[in-house]
Amino acid sequence: MTLFQISEPGQTPAPHERRYAVGIDLGTTNSLVACVRRSAAETLPDESGRHLLPSVVRYLAKGEPVVGHEAMAVAHEDPLNTIASVKRLMGRGIEDVRRLGKSLPYEFIRGDSAMLRLRTAAGERSPVQISSEILKKLKARAVKSLDVEIADAVITVPAYFDDAQRQATKDAARLAGLNVLRLLNEPTAAAIAYGLDRNPQGVYAIYDLGGGTFDISLLRLNHGVFEVMATAGDSALGGDDMDHAIAGWIMQQASIADDSDHKQMRRLLRDARAAKEALTQDKRVPLNIVHGNGESWQGELSRDQLHTLIDPLIERTISPSRRALRDAGITPRDINGVVMVGGATRIPRVREKVSYFFGREPLADIDPDKVVAIGAALQADILIGNKRDEEMLLLDVIPLSLGLEIMGGMVEKIIPRNTTIPVAKSQDFTTYKDGQTALLIHVLQGERELVSDCRSLARFELRGIPPMTAGAARIRVSFQIDADGLLSVSAREQTTGVESSVVVKPSYGLTDAEIERMLRESTAHAGADDVTRKLREQQVDADRLIEAVRGALNVDGALLNASERAEIESSLTDLQAVRGGNDGARIKRAIKKLDAATQTFAQRRMDENIRKAMAGHRLEEFDVPRDKSPS
Amino acid sequence: MAITMTQAAAERVRKFIEKRGKGEGLRVGVRTSGCSGKAYVIEYADKIESDDHVYESHGAKVIVDSKSLIHLDGTELDYTREGLNEGFKFNNPNVKDACGCGESFNT
Repeated sequence: MTLFQISEPGQTPAPHERRYAVGIDLGTTNSLVACVRRSAAETLPDESGRHLLPSVVRYLAKGEPVVGHEAMAVAHEDPLNTIASVKRLMGRGIEDVRRLGKSLPYEFIRGDSAMLRLRTAAGERSPVQISSEILKKLKARAVKSLDVEIADAVITVPAYFDDAQRQATKDAARLAGLNVLRLLNEPTAAAIAYGLDRNPQGVYAIYDLGGGTFDISLLRLNHGVFEVMATAGDSALGGDDMDHAIAGWIMQQASIADDSDHKQMRRLLRDARAAKEALTQDKRVPLNIVHGNGESWQGELSRDQLHTLIDPLIERTISPSRRALRDAGITPRDINGVVMVGGATRIPRVREKVSYFFGREPLADIDPDKVVAIGAALQADILIGNKRDEEMLLLDVIPLSLGLEIMGGMVEKIIPRNTTIPVAKSQDFTTYKDGQTALLIHVLQGERELVSDCRSLARFELRGIPPMTAGAARIRVSFQIDADGLLSVSAREQTTGVESSVVVKPSYGLTDAEIERMLRESTAHAGADDVTRKLREQQVDADRLIEAVRGALNVDGALLNASERAEIESSLTDLQAVRGGNDGARIKRAIKKLDAATQTFAQRRMDENIRKAMAGHRLEEFDVPRDKSPS
Repeated sequence: MAITMTQAAAERVRKFIEKRGKGEGLRVGVRTSGCSGKAYVIEYADKIESDDHVYESHGAKVIVDSKSLIHLDGTELDYTREGLNEGFKFNNPNVKDACGCGESFNT
């Protein structure tokens, strides 16, 4: 017998025409599925009434993989076959993960393809396959709860996910038998859950402090369109760090040795978490710790002590928040609302610090664990046609600057980071040597000044430049990023129209940790980078001058007498000697000296060239006829 | 003539309306459609029309139009849980046969 749900007046679906689409929050630590029923979005619980599904998959030698709580419970017994936090591996190449490799307990397989695979008891598995197991489990839960077949879903992804990571998420959904109506950015989903999309416009900060990651996103809403203004965060900061800080304090108080066994540590962490949660309500909480040898220790954790322990961690969320504001070019006063996401935002101290920083009370009525899934479900409901709302569009940003290599191993930024996409920008470049007929275009990503500190995305050559003197060619290099985050770079020599281009995925294979690191390094090294850049510029100038003077001496050396030539040669040798050093000022002085020494030579060469050019012609021939004068 | 609600159904109706923020009660009805001829309508009632019949059970109102009442008279509405799914169930004595899924029926 069918069970019926209440509909809004006039919207009872016809038999067999009821369509449900689910919203899925596919998280690093936990995942949820939500659906709009009885005109309200709600997350769907499992048989035991649990809404959160741990994003953990355990592969067995035989049978179906185990997903969720049961997999998590045995994670420490079977670490190689129990995959947690697979989200961090989505869309990653093997090279990217090898750099992270040491911190991950899994066995990665070196294959021919760039596709990453893990060795498990059930065979080789890719992150896409592992994620699809989580999605299958959530889908099955939805099918059971709603008693209808579910085909369509909105799945949320972090705002900083690149094209490869988004594509991998879509692939996982397809494997799980789900049609992705749309990938929705997590902060946007949270904003939708609070109905902020119904406001005419505004700027919103989404503060997402989960178990192991922190993200801050600034969204600008304009006529129903959410634009990501800026994102920042810390991929290794969350509620778990608070538990560790509390556990550390308990160990100190109860004189528990650092080298306690794994079991004792897990108990401590569980106690720490319980104490943290209890302090949401109470001013102080009693602690009763049983040592490994059976003895016990009684103590107490006060709210003030908790604050001392977690304040430094909360403070670490404020500097990315500040950076995001700076990137977006706004101040806390420009913010119309702050949305709290993630379990750790239940801690009153976190709310207090956040409201102090932004100068306003954050929105926190919706369960911060469920808010993203609820927003996704609301969006899914609209997309499937249950509501006749106009569609929401979402603009995105590039997480790191894109540029290209110029002489001296430096990077010229073409598109600065956090530029909203789609975007197209171009800049003119020229040749460096006389008669240069090809130009190597090296596309780079990062915030640093030197090529060696940025990430190489692609290289290609522009050939067929007509031979000209150095600096005469005009080569326009254009960067274009489409709405899907796909970058194409083209170079075109303006006089002949020869062209060459390449298509790249800008942030393929970059982890958010790496993005974060690259950003941190760029600020940390800003001063040093500037000095290096100036030095390199002097070196490039020196090389150019040496090259030019040598060439001139070869061609027109006869114009100089012995002592003039000796003076130039000596300045040239001096410059060559200091060029390789690290003293930019010395190089500059040597350049000036050589420049001065060659003044007369340059003058004579020019006169000589004019004389040669005019030989055999009459002066009138050099008059430009009026009707052909250049416009 | 009457339509009744079980305690469980009435409680749910009150709760949903409270959560929704408005509504007079639960409107039920019948319309022609579906594989077996007729299908149930179950919606929030924002206003009560002149030809509506209103019945109250356990503090919640169930509202039905006169035309639908012919097919629904004597129905008891229940709210039950079947596995992970939960929802309203029509115990309608007028039903002669229903389609396999139970979403449409004949009287």
